[in-house]
Amino acid sequence: METLVASTSETDIGITSSISWKIRVRRLLRSSRPYFAALGIGIFFVAWYLLVDVLKFWRFKELPGLVASVREWISLDPVYGVSLFTAKYYENIWASVYRVITAFVLATTSGIIIGVLMGWSRVFRALTFPLLEMLRPIPILAWIPLAILLLPGRETPIIGLTFLAAFFVTILNTLLGVRSIDEVYFRAARSLGFSEWAILFHVIVPGALPYIFVGLQIAMGACWFSLVASEIVSGQAGLGYKVWETYYSVQYETMVIIMATLGLLGYISSALVRMLGNRLMRWRTRILAGA
Amino acid sequence: MQAVRGGAVSVRKAGKVYDPEGLNVVALEDVSFEITPGQFCVVVGPSGCGKTTLLNAIAGFDKLSGGKILIDDEVLARADKAPKPGADRMVVFQQGALFPWKTVLWNVICGPVQQGRLSQKEAITQARELLGRVGLSKIEEQYPGSLSGGMKRRVEIVRALMNDPKVLLLDEPFRALDALTKSVVQEFLLELYDITPKTIFFITHDIAEAIFLADRIVIMTTRPGRVLKTVTVNIPRPRDYRVLTSPRFLQIEQEVREYIDSEARKAFNAGERELAQ
Repeated sequence: METLVASTSETDIGITSSISWKIRVRRLLRSSRPYFAALGIGIFFVAWYLLVDVLKFWRFKELPGLVASVREWISLDPVYGVSLFTAKYYENIWASVYRVITAFVLATTSGIIIGVLMGWSRVFRALTFPLLEMLRPIPILAWIPLAILLLPGRETPIIGLTFLAAFFVTILNTLLGVRSIDEVYFRAARSLGFSEWAILFHVIVPGALPYIFVGLQIAMGACWFSLVASEIVSGQAGLGYKVWETYYSVQYETMVIIMATLGLLGYISSALVRMLGNRLMRWRTRILAGA
Repeated sequence: MQAVRGGAVSVRKAGKVYDPEGLNVVALEDVSFEITPGQFCVVVGPSGCGKTTLLNAIAGFDKLSGGKILIDDEVLARADKAPKPGADRMVVFQQGALFPWKTVLWNVICGPVQQGRLSQKEAITQARELLGRVGLSKIEEQYPGSLSGGMKRRVEIVRALMNDPKVLLLDEPFRALDALTKSVVQEFLLELYDITPKTIFFITHDIAEAIFLADRIVIMTTRPGRVLKTVTVNIPRPRDYRVLTSPRFLQIEQEVREYIDSEARKAFNAGERELAQ
């Protein structure tokens, strides 16, 4: 029997894994959403094509054209050496993806642990919260010199800076998540004879999870942002480095290809975090008609 | 019907003052009454009369500032004693406290499992038996968020009973339910009470609900909360909705309403919105 799912918001769509992929795709295609999405993106590309390729309007004539960029991207023998069919393209993607994954995993693991501790212990919170609030507003770009001074080599400063951006966001959201849990669940747990550990694992962590996952999505965005910034300053490979390098060597088509790649990777990584969150928080789906 | 084992609640000169340095709001003053083992005791009174304060003290969430509370001659709450909740006094909360991130079955078995009183397997067997007996076996794999309000209240009562408590404390548990659901859940509670009689401490605003459920009604005054009157409800059990229109019922209702109305009026005239809700 088919399960009816009422989503509380747009982002909740596709939560229940009990529904088969087929049904989900069919339902998606019946809704207006994918068509509007295609239309929105389509308008953007048409505008690009018209402004740059056709009309050469104002300073848009300086920009790489849509046709030239796409042709370069899918070329077997690209003019500037980077396309879907060159190893160089994937080397740069991998350099960046590797850094983001490393930094994201380190930052979110430690950030969740620290955030839970801050929510759990009043003393720890009093000790660390003002410090966090002082360090958090310092822009990542301002940390770059310090990271280069402190961390050896060229790779670790980039990972360190990417880490930092995600770290603060994760801590803050985890802390908010723990603090958002209604007191009544703690009372119930104590009445039911939960140990402090049981309260941690069965009340605090699952109760904070919705906020934690919002934090993880923001953290993922922050990772890409600071990755590109730090690659521009101190990198030797990677997408951020490549954007800057292609700008200097007037390879604008390649620059646009790299930018589009960053957009796609950001979208995919965000979607992956969201999917993981939905999987872990199936309890948030309201099932109206029983299976 | 099972034999009642223990569960005598004794409230002796209980007092509670909030914010002792500042405003000195007296929530409870010299409150004394006894609940015999297995008795269904309902406390009624205007909002702000300290009903919930009293319940929190019995449950071990909050400290008393004077007097003491005993269960089976063991002191549970006293002014100089740190409050401590325990599985011998299970609470069913006004706003509901099923863990929304756990399935119904997990919620129901978590008490005895966490206390180490039953193994997971034993607890599941017992939970299925109890859920089956009250017609809730089909929902055990669902999350609370997918249940109706009335269903959630029933699961929460079952969760409390799984701990085999001496006393069941219910803080306006059916307040948020519509009238029809409410009567169904009330009958459900009475049914369970007839199967496993426990000492019950039940708080409500609703006079009809109080009489329908109670052996004894404790009427409290508006702030400072004191015991105004105790009324015995000698309507035989098992009871069903027909009781609601019986002459005996109406007579008790008349009596209770007289006491309550004067208190509600006082609260209203005091001009405190929270009191005359």
